[in-house]
Amino acid sequence: MSSRPELQAPPDIFYNDAEARKYTSSSRIIEIQAKLSERALELLALPDDDVPRLLLDIGCGSGLSGETLSENGHQWIGLDISQSMLNVALEREVEGDLLVGDMGQGLGLRPGVIDGAISISAVQWLCNADKSSHDPRLRLKAFFGSLYRCLARGARAVLQVYPENLAQRELILSFAMRAGFAGGVVVDFPHSTKSRKEYLVLTCGPPSINTSVPTGKGEDGESCSEDESSGDEENQTVSISDRHRPRKRQKITKKGKGREWILRKKEQRRRRGDDVHPDTKYTARKRKPRF
Amino acid sequence: MKLLTHNMLSSNIKGAANGFPLRIEVEKATEKQVELNAGFLRNVFPIIEWKALVDAAQLPEVADSSMLDSDNFLNKFHNALLELHLEKDALVCPETARRFPVSQGIPNMLLLEDEV
Repeated sequence: MSSRPELQAPPDIFYNDAEARKYTSSSRIIEIQAKLSERALELLALPDDDVPRLLLDIGCGSGLSGETLSENGHQWIGLDISQSMLNVALEREVEGDLLVGDMGQGLGLRPGVIDGAISISAVQWLCNADKSSHDPRLRLKAFFGSLYRCLARGARAVLQVYPENLAQRELILSFAMRAGFAGGVVVDFPHSTKSRKEYLVLTCGPPSINTSVPTGKGEDGESCSEDESSGDEENQTVSISDRHRPRKRQKITKKGKGREWILRKKEQRRRRGDDVHPDTKYTARKRKPRF
Repeated sequence: MKLLTHNMLSSNIKGAANGFPLRIEVEKATEKQVELNAGFLRNVFPIIEWKALVDAAQLPEVADSSMLDSDNFLNKFHNALLELHLEKDALVCPETARRFPVSQGIPNMLLLEDEV
């Protein structure tokens, strides 16, 4: 791989008409995307009852991944920032509904309406600031926050990503956790540079047997133990008892520690038997900042 | 864009407390044939905001889940939800009156820098 597309241009510029056409006519890419989508759908672990679900395809591009969803009978809504890619999707007459949108601006869907979300090779684009007004962290926050909100309770999101490095992967994962998701990373073929694929499997709602992260695939298709970092992330499942986001602990905004507090502390130390200066009118007096 | 999708879309503009439902200004609508799946309709029924759907299509004013047993209702529901396609129109945010254009059935929900 000569250079990552993410480092060449913003996604709506990189995926112009020519690139969109090239991307979608490459049989190799079609095959890879189909495989990734099948695997993502598998990891979504939708109930096996043959009832079609309403799914979200984030970064649906020319609809390669969406077609897999349609083939499995589901209804889907696809979001992408590149009009060119979506035009190709129209040409291919995909069955899902398409939206032009920027996932970093928030998904703009009503709460609790989506039964599952997949994303193939798209979320890592959030980590780059494509405009001077972009702050990747704010965009990641908006994306994961809105994703968490629009998913129905117990629904999953499976995001196949190509993070540039460990730091990027940690960044993506940390914002997912902050939004309230539980879950971890599934790595297929972790030891092969070519076939290695990472999936963020995120769940909404309380952790249960359903939310345990499945093992990644190994060299010969056998399950192999995930590599170390995935194991660590698995232990980061946030246990939430309801749908509300975990509240950030309020910062105690005390304007410094008052006289009362100091007197109390001095009493404590006296009780312990330490040597403490007697309390006078000078105790807890405000000192000059130079002090 | 199917009415199913319209029922899920909400305007994300900064300052809009409730961006749902988006008002539809239709210019061109078509109808496509979609296979009816009762299981899907039953599943999705509780999530649908009925009033928003009624405003957009011809359906009985009030609906509850017992009506799902009638085939007639199922057909009408299916038709409104999945078969009606809005090709060219505009979606208008109820609070800020910002227009999201729809062309070739694809709504453009991109927000400008100051709307995020």
